[in-house]
Amino acid sequence: MAGYILRRLLQAIPVFFGTTFLIYFMVFAMPGDPILALFGDKTPSPALVAQLRAQYHLDQPFIVQYFIYIGGIFQGNFGMSYSGQPVSEILLRTFPVTLRLAVLALFFETVFGILVGLISGLRKGKLFDGSSLVVSLILISLPIFVIAFVAQYVFGVQLGWARTTVGPGAPIQDLILPALVLASISFAQIVRLTRSSVIETSSLDFVRTAYGKGLSRNRIVPVHILRNSLIPVVTYLATDFGVLLVGATVTEGIFNVPGVGNTLYQAIIRSEGPTVVSFVTVMVLLYLVVNLIVDLLYGLLDPRIRYVK
Amino acid sequence: MSNDLTERTVGEASPPSSNHFVAPLEETPLVAIDVVKVAEKPSNLWIDAWRDARRRPIFWISGALILLVCVVALFPWLFTNVPPNNDCQLINSNGGPTSGHILGFTKQGCDVYSRIINGTSTSLAVGIIVIVLTTFLGIIFGAFAGFYGGATDAFLSRIGDIFFSIPYILAAVVIMSVLVNYRSVWTISLAIGLFAWPATARVLRAEILRVKNSDFVMASEALGVSSLRILLRHVLPNSIAPVIAITTISLAAAIVAEATLSFLGVGLGSSIMSWGNDINQAQRDLRTNPQTLIYPSLALSITVFAFILMGEVIRDALDPKARALR
Amino acid sequence: MSITLPSSAAEGRTDDRVPLLQINNLQVGFRTQTGLVPAVRGASLTLHAGETLAIVGESGSGKSTTAHAIISLLPGSGMVTGGEILFEGRDLTKISEKEMQDIRGKLIGFVPQDPMSNLNPVWSVGFQVQEAIKANGIAKGKADIKKHAVQVLKEAGLADADKRLKQFPHQFSGGMRQRVLIGIGLSSRPKLLIADEPTSALDVTVQRTILDNLEKLTREIGTALLFITHDLGLAAERAEHLVVMYKGQVVESGPSREILANPLHPYTQRLVAAAPSLASRRIQSSSHKLTELDYKATDVTEGLDLIETAEARADLLAAAKPREDAIVVENLTKVYKIRGAKEPFTAVDDVSFSIQRGTTMALVGESGSGKSTVAKMLLRLEDVTHGEIRINGINTAPLKGKALLSLRRKMQPVFQDPYGSLDPLRNIGNTIAEPLNTHKVGDKKARRERVFELLEQVSLPQSLSSRYPNELSGGQRQRVAIARALALKPEIVILDEAVSALDVLVQAQILQLLSDLQTELDLTYLFITHDLAVVRVIADHVSVMQRGKIVERATTDEVFDNPQKEYTKELLNAIPGAGIALRV
Repeated sequence: MAGYILRRLLQAIPVFFGTTFLIYFMVFAMPGDPILALFGDKTPSPALVAQLRAQYHLDQPFIVQYFIYIGGIFQGNFGMSYSGQPVSEILLRTFPVTLRLAVLALFFETVFGILVGLISGLRKGKLFDGSSLVVSLILISLPIFVIAFVAQYVFGVQLGWARTTVGPGAPIQDLILPALVLASISFAQIVRLTRSSVIETSSLDFVRTAYGKGLSRNRIVPVHILRNSLIPVVTYLATDFGVLLVGATVTEGIFNVPGVGNTLYQAIIRSEGPTVVSFVTVMVLLYLVVNLIVDLLYGLLDPRIRYVK
Repeated sequence: MSNDLTERTVGEASPPSSNHFVAPLEETPLVAIDVVKVAEKPSNLWIDAWRDARRRPIFWISGALILLVCVVALFPWLFTNVPPNNDCQLINSNGGPTSGHILGFTKQGCDVYSRIINGTSTSLAVGIIVIVLTTFLGIIFGAFAGFYGGATDAFLSRIGDIFFSIPYILAAVVIMSVLVNYRSVWTISLAIGLFAWPATARVLRAEILRVKNSDFVMASEALGVSSLRILLRHVLPNSIAPVIAITTISLAAAIVAEATLSFLGVGLGSSIMSWGNDINQAQRDLRTNPQTLIYPSLALSITVFAFILMGEVIRDALDPKARALR
Repeated sequence: MSITLPSSAAEGRTDDRVPLLQINNLQVGFRTQTGLVPAVRGASLTLHAGETLAIVGESGSGKSTTAHAIISLLPGSGMVTGGEILFEGRDLTKISEKEMQDIRGKLIGFVPQDPMSNLNPVWSVGFQVQEAIKANGIAKGKADIKKHAVQVLKEAGLADADKRLKQFPHQFSGGMRQRVLIGIGLSSRPKLLIADEPTSALDVTVQRTILDNLEKLTREIGTALLFITHDLGLAAERAEHLVVMYKGQVVESGPSREILANPLHPYTQRLVAAAPSLASRRIQSSSHKLTELDYKATDVTEGLDLIETAEARADLLAAAKPREDAIVVENLTKVYKIRGAKEPFTAVDDVSFSIQRGTTMALVGESGSGKSTVAKMLLRLEDVTHGEIRINGINTAPLKGKALLSLRRKMQPVFQDPYGSLDPLRNIGNTIAEPLNTHKVGDKKARRERVFELLEQVSLPQSLSSRYPNELSGGQRQRVAIARALALKPEIVILDEAVSALDVLVQAQILQLLSDLQTELDLTYLFITHDLAVVRVIADHVSVMQRGKIVERATTDEVFDNPQKEYTKELLNAIPGAGIALRV
């Protein structure tokens, strides 16, 4: 296991440098003045431009700029926002909200997704399975902002069950609707993945052998079928975290949740380029860390990985 | 085995001293060993896939929808003669349906129906350009990494990992933020495609790793067939099926990505007709005039649904394992 | 079928015992899109307490389906459509799932076929043994269950069971896993154990020790054994009674020795004639030399009698004059560097042999012995670390470009897996024509004619040239692979386990085909196999490989009559059918 962790950590290093370099490259290796380009139609104040030039060390050669920037990241310095606040401060304030929303959404999508997928897989071809397939395909086809607007309109405006925007302090009850919206995209994928995984596992030899041992179905389903079917679902959750980040940006924006995603959302719609770049970098790093954690978790789930030299 | 065996009548009850039982030959006739039995028509993966797909109603339903989307995109004037942009009158702002304007008007007083019809080609174009790009890059990276292995694989796969580690919509947000003066169907497609290909490459690489160890590849090698030819003639054709299956789904994802970026305001310029732009414009009027939001959303969702359904059919048809899951 | 039930009562012999298991006129079918496809069509058998019975048949004969039907383990679309399965007088086809659950594991144990896929990879071995013990109420309390699990595994031949309980299946070898599965199957001292091809996936020597152990355990416990196998020799050696199944029906049943000595149904006669293990035993037990044998196949066994094949080849060899060597291998060594391992791995270690033109040499060894690596080096698919390979006197290592292509023309392979040996997306005609295209032999029309000629040579209809591999059976695919190998008129064919994956009758046909082609085309064969029994009928010389080294090299007769090395003796002993009196 130690070897596996070490190898996985070593693999993350080039990816870390690669991704940060790519983002930096996309912004600062473009022709023209990157600072002005980042503001689009807006004209930033000369003071701000000067400050940004200093922050990004634009007088230095490109590669030097990049390493100064990386050095800053290691010290927790992600630059300044448009309003002159350090990005790290904004992060500290907004991150707990996003974490709450994300955990809630993850809870909904995994618990309901795995449950529905398991039942569908065990009752393949029955009515429940058919209905869950139709619902999943429809959900997969609906872009997140469409789901968000429909939910906002139906539950917020029409039925009045929930607030259309989240109140100050983002209390849990206000986050339930956005979390359900956020969960809906991956829910359908988890249902489908769990279902096919359950069907596949059910037909494997060791399941038949488990029946042959005299075990009851009530034991075989959780211990032998579900347990093994979870491995691909967990892998999926890792890659899916990127979708969750984008989803959080849109959902937090629409429901006005005071989280990291909303900050990015506001920066995007106000064309505040430097803030966008900083927050995208933060999200990508978060994505890397989550993938690393899930990969290590994967070792716990699958002993074949754990014991590879 | 002496010759006296053949003289014994087979099927006769065995001698009473033992319980040696023999089934009568007429009840258990011998069949020639390993006879060639083939169906009327030849069959291989592609032929079987087509036979499977055309039997399914959802293939025809999604196919018809996709055809409709294509026709609308190519010949919008067949469906509306109201210009989408330059005939907008503020007097009609947020107006309800009238004759000739069946879906009503936007806040700017533009015809909603006409904008939807004229926005179709944008979505479709982005979808197609993105999948051409991702499939091209995915095949180049995936095929070479999987087939040549070793250092080539390590290098190409790491590059893929890097691109895969930036969620493509976030990457496109950054690119489109910088390219604020160059926002077009082409740039948005490039921005999405540039970061969406690693998924295709990974699928293909895994498939190639499986196929390249087949005995038929070794047999061709032993014949002296060159390795590039083996890759192109034997390995790639046998690995491409899952790529085709995900391509249709990627097309749907690309359409959603464009709409999301336009919705966020970093997609296409406001002069370009796009469902995402319309949804972006309409979101402030959710309470007062929801139909301006609902109709473009509906058009977007139905188009995506058609491609998702088609992707399902194709995957089921090409993968016998997926077929068993039905 | 109901007229001649194979029960003892029907034969008039007095046997008042109630059978432990009695299957009467069992019908099993599988639901498919086109309707119910019958898999078992009226099978009957009787097994008494403490006895052993083997069901023998080829793939698709319904032997495994019958066994699975007993404890209701048929796959989803399978169902019993008629007949009865009486276990201690109770009809198992009529009981509830709950009642069946009480019988499975407790009264009827089950040992599956493939040890690699029958243990759940995510749970430790101990966990999987203990849950069986717990479910069947054999022991109570954590400590007791664990103690019992250790005992069960020790009995099954895992000496260090207490240390290995926490390990996972992938840390066990195939043989060890099968021991675990046998331990689980016998953990509750069941009255009946169903063993479905329990050792087919294992090396022959491992196979033997595991079956010996299984036999000892079932005898000690007094468990009746229902043994499913495709190998008639193995069945007769391990079981008192045989049931021969063919296309879902029982064609012959009775005492093993008698069936083997005196097979009455033509299908059984074919099986006896085609089973390599029996053929090799028959040749061994005959007092005549193969060349002096005046042996004739019967009408039903014509074309697949292995003794006749062997005899024909022996006659030919005796008449031939000594010729030059087609292949010479000297001090051949292959070393692999393994990532993460300190020591490099020597797959092939100082191997030398030569093969005379027009003869067959068998390279025999168990999995991991390095035999296939030798083949790949010969074919220039792997580089040689040390040593030299000379084909017709030419060292192959430095060959490049045209010279390498001309080497490839002289030497072609046929590989093991019939399902992987042909490109599934290219039709048979294109597959066979690929060598001709690659080497630019003849024009389009000539190539087409050559493809037809080759199809005829391997006894396949010309109409197949526009068909795809998935429409063919395993045997037919191997014929196509042989045709492709012969397309360039090579002098040498390397057969890497080319018949190992085939059913016995098909295997016998292909062996005969190979033998005929050798005579007709003056081919030199390197025949790589794990099955020493096949070697007896196909090879003139044998080299036995173990852990990368050749341990014994001699003519086939010498190796079989007078083996020098312990390992060779072990391999020979592992050929089933020892001690059974057989007539040639």
